Amino acid sequence: MSDKESLFSKKNKAILLNPLSKDNPVTVQILGICSALAVTAQLKPAIVMAISVTVVLAFSSVIISLLRNTIPNRIRIIVQLVVIATLVIIVDQLLKAYSYNISKQLSVFVGLIITNCILMGRLEAFALGNKPWQSFLDGIGNGAGYGMILIIIAFFRELFGSGSLFGLRIIPESWYIINGGFYSNNGMMILPPMALIIVGVIIWVQRSKNKDLIEN
Amino acid sequence: MDKNSNKYIFIYASVMVILVAAVLSIANISLKSAQQKNISIEKKQNILSSVNIESTTKNADELFNKKVLKSYIINSKGEILKGDAFNIDMKKEKQYAIENKSLPVYEFSIDGDTKYVFPMYGAGLWGPIWGYISLDSDLNTIYGATFDHASETPGLGAEIATKKFQKQFQGKKIFDDQEKFVSITVAKANENVPEQHSVDAISGGTLTSKGLQKMLLNDLGAYRAFFKQKKSE
Repeated sequence: MSDKESLFSKKNKAILLNPLSKDNPVTVQILGICSALAVTAQLKPAIVMAISVTVVLAFSSVIISLLRNTIPNRIRIIVQLVVIATLVIIVDQLLKAYSYNISKQLSVFVGLIITNCILMGRLEAFALGNKPWQSFLDGIGNGAGYGMILIIIAFFRELFGSGSLFGLRIIPESWYIINGGFYSNNGMMILPPMALIIVGVIIWVQRSKNKDLIEN
Repeated sequence: MDKNSNKYIFIYASVMVILVAAVLSIANISLKSAQQKNISIEKKQNILSSVNIESTTKNADELFNKKVLKSYIINSKGEILKGDAFNIDMKKEKQYAIENKSLPVYEFSIDGDTKYVFPMYGAGLWGPIWGYISLDSDLNTIYGATFDHASETPGLGAEIATKKFQKQFQGKKIFDDQEKFVSITVAKANENVPEQHSVDAISGGTLTSKGLQKMLLNDLGAYRAFFKQKKSE
């Protein structure tokens, strides 16, 4: 690839945008499912998680890509893990010092970012063999693709499980059986299995729309 | 140098570890004071919130110093000990036997009535949970409660940190009609507990709810001698 190639050439655009559709990390590559189940009971944590994963993924991709010609093959997984963990800890420390409230909301997710398989997956599959800019785009794209799925799942889970969105009440209190109405929240929605079912439905819809994804 | 030789791998790994360790230590040391300040402000905000005073990160310091009547440390027999109540680390106290614990008490004067604030610290499902309960001057009726957690599941156990859950505690009694200490039960719909001694558990957050109940029983229970002593005054 020549250096004169424009920053947003057709190929680079594909790197950025494919993860949003036919190369989605969650629904096609089946990466990051665990956190998609864990943090999607409400919209707000899902969005915070999506942003944090995107930031860490983009920057660790750039670092690994810059180091890619020096990393010994036999310890590459450890090097990747150290880069991810270092970035996550530094971000966590900075948030604790300067943005305490956000750090409190992130709390448990910070650890989850390190173990998110999208990070290792993309570093191993892409950043180790590509230039920094492309790796950066790949990180942003995959982070966004992951975030998109998280937000879709969280939307349905919070709406039907708690009757609210972003903590704001959507379904009127008077509809509830306790208040003499006819409606009741679906308790299944706030439990992780329902998230897996929603992921399944998203995969089903996506595959029936995009025939390329169907294996023979 | 051959990238796959053992020598290269050892050097690479060593340099990487030392660099990363240095970067993390510098980050930790240089940010420590800012982090400590945030933690102390948060503690003040939590204590204020347990007596139903809203504060922001900016005015918490000033508001706390203005509103707090006095604070002191007692032991489980109700005797007053030396020291600054605010500096007691509840996490550390947790590991001591009950007779060796230092128990902080904060007194606030709200609308002419003395409110007592008691800190507590316990275990949720994934990590620690903690909070503050304030009692009216009868040392029986709950005036306000605030809880927080390190790593409970968002949307489930983490709901203990919401105003909606904490509001339930207001007006509940920790002693029954026979003056027996019953604490507060975090009850599911099918549990038969008198309403004035219980709050509704969180659906999907059973283990966190149970942890909270245990924390209330243990940590409020540690003050029984103090309650008795104050009531007979």
